Amino acid sequence: MKDNRPINIDLTTFKYPLPAITSILHRISGIVIFVGVALLLYLLQLSLESAAGFDLVAAWLDNLIVKFLTWSVLAALLFHLIVGFKHLLMDLGIGETRAGGVLAAKLALLLAIIAMLAAGVWLW
Amino acid sequence: MVTSVTNFGRSGLFDWLIQRFSAVILGAYTLCILASIAVIPELDYAHWKAIFDSNSMRMFSLITLLALCAHAWIGMWTISTDYLTTLQLGTRATFVRLLFQASCALLTLIYMLWGIQIFWGV
Repeated sequence: MKDNRPINIDLTTFKYPLPAITSILHRISGIVIFVGVALLLYLLQLSLESAAGFDLVAAWLDNLIVKFLTWSVLAALLFHLIVGFKHLLMDLGIGETRAGGVLAAKLALLLAIIAMLAAGVWLW
Repeated sequence: MVTSVTNFGRSGLFDWLIQRFSAVILGAYTLCILASIAVIPELDYAHWKAIFDSNSMRMFSLITLLALCAHAWIGMWTISTDYLTTLQLGTRATFVRLLFQASCALLTLIYMLWGIQIFWGV
């Protein structure tokens, strides 16, 4: 490995165009899902165990904190799904230009916000 | 060339590919569950259980669980090797990173065993 490679990974010196912000949010949403899967598995286990468990989960989801936590994980999941889909499209060579990247990021963010709001409406 | 000992497939290209394949499986499963919920007008226990209570769905759920574990590991590994380095943490970096990676591996393993229990038990 050449030792004269330029190294500049001081993130505070970077400029962040929209695709970069989308990318970092994609990572953050991934971490939220990784932790949130514990909540989803717990709710799934309880709700599938018995009718009483199902009713208990339904009752919990009426609690504002549980509802908000569940929405957070669902929102992260929908965001990650939509931005991830954009990622796969770009892997196929679609939207790889600078303008295309910005447009794709805008579209993905717009779709993600709509999906996250829809999930909120559905839960509330 | 130094081969990393902590990444999923010991090869960046393999990890890259697995990340994409597992993403497709995870996306398909998420949409499948969302669609199942959407077509049921009044979701009750019987309907909810029926979604998961078939052999094909059990297989789909378990394959998705494996995809989730691989996907999560590759993602968390990538994040740890990007942000938990000597640049940010100095000489403690390797220790902190390995500790973080070990925690992620443990949680991933718990998810896998717990998930098998849930989906097999339906």
